Amino acid sequence: MEREREITLVVNGAARRVRVPGRRLLSDCLRHDLGLTGTHVGCEHGVCGCCTVLLDGEPVRSCLTFAVTVDGSEITTVEGLAGADGMSAVQRAFAECHGLQCGFCTPGFLCTVTALLRDNPAPTDEEVADGISGNLCRCTGYQNIVKAVHRAAELIAEET
Amino acid sequence: MKPPPFEHHAPRDLGEALDVLAEVGPRGKVLAGGQSLIPMLNMRLAAPEHLVDINRVESLATLDLAPEGVTVGALARHAQVERLAGHPLLRQALRLVAHPVIRNRGTVVGSLVHADPAAELPAVLALLGGSVRLARLDAAEGVVSREVTAADFFVGSMESAVQPGELAVSAYFPTPPERSGTAFREVARRHGDYALAGVCAVVTLDDDLRITAARVACVSVGPVPVVVDVGGLCERRPASSVDWAGVARAVREVTEPDDDIHASAAYRLHLVGVLAERALKDAARDAAGPWGSSSAGT
Repeated sequence: MEREREITLVVNGAARRVRVPGRRLLSDCLRHDLGLTGTHVGCEHGVCGCCTVLLDGEPVRSCLTFAVTVDGSEITTVEGLAGADGMSAVQRAFAECHGLQCGFCTPGFLCTVTALLRDNPAPTDEEVADGISGNLCRCTGYQNIVKAVHRAAELIAEET
Repeated sequence: MKPPPFEHHAPRDLGEALDVLAEVGPRGKVLAGGQSLIPMLNMRLAAPEHLVDINRVESLATLDLAPEGVTVGALARHAQVERLAGHPLLRQALRLVAHPVIRNRGTVVGSLVHADPAAELPAVLALLGGSVRLARLDAAEGVVSREVTAADFFVGSMESAVQPGELAVSAYFPTPPERSGTAFREVARRHGDYALAGVCAVVTLDDDLRITAARVACVSVGPVPVVVDVGGLCERRPASSVDWAGVARAVREVTEPDDDIHASAAYRLHLVGVLAERALKDAARDAAGPWGSSSAGT
């Protein structure tokens, strides 16, 4: 029997205690142990970006992070992006600009872009391309995603 | 695509980490950022019995910028070092390392220890003649450390001088001499991918903008970074009149790239010469700075 360790993660604002073996990936911990299946798992070796979540505010690959390593940290998943008034500006912009089709990559994009716009509220096209370069989308051709990022920047600017 | 089982150790300080490493020896592996190690575990290319997770050893999360160089602790993330003003070549190189999200987690020292022949940071350490500090616990003497120069640190493809029981605690990247400029050029199939070939360069000029020293370090063209001193070939000329074709030839002569599915050896050999010329010209322009940019570059 593999030894398990009890850890506490603050996920989307709520403290969650969970017992996991050392090898439990954060992505699997979120999905299987905590039932938060919004975080998608694509490649499991850090290439596709679908599993991107915010770790203490910074986007990271949850498939390249062990849950035990981040014991005590704050995690924001796609389920935690919406506020009390509904979807976040980034989420609304993706819907408005048709920045998704099948939606598999979308949770990763939303988390990545949320942090990108927080750090750089008015990115250039080049900065957007660099910022989302670690997220793969096989449907959209990226054009509408880039539009959505700029639109989200506008929405955030209008609302603050 | 799940990692094999291992015993996870989460030491709180350096002494505890070295203690565990001494005990587990060759059966253990250090986990820092995990951006190379965890893919290898997920793909089961590595299966250590013990993982010594140093993410809680706060004394390793250091970044010291001094006039003579930067000392990067084992827990300093790529993104932190990238934001550091004062060492342009590190920044130029880090912008080419994977993607921003990977750089939030990956560590500079981890990249060095991983010693991937296609990675940028080993080339930067080799180019600048930097070093890595390794620590271990000795039964009689307690914590002992040694400083390994870049020339001795990169032993082979994916192989560094770190011995079982040792921990790479920091890396030292010297600042290039005054009136020096640096550049990093590479060609990758996609932005953020490992380079098919890459070259970083440091060029030093005199008061008349003539090149007094020039070196390159090349990636993806051999098992370890290939450092080439091309200062002699520049013949103390300004960048505009250097025999760049001769310089490119000299670089090609000492590199031995391999074929793989991404590129042929011949293409890599071609690239390394082209990139060496571009990186050296960029570095010369950078060295000339605002007071001579028009005459130094071509």
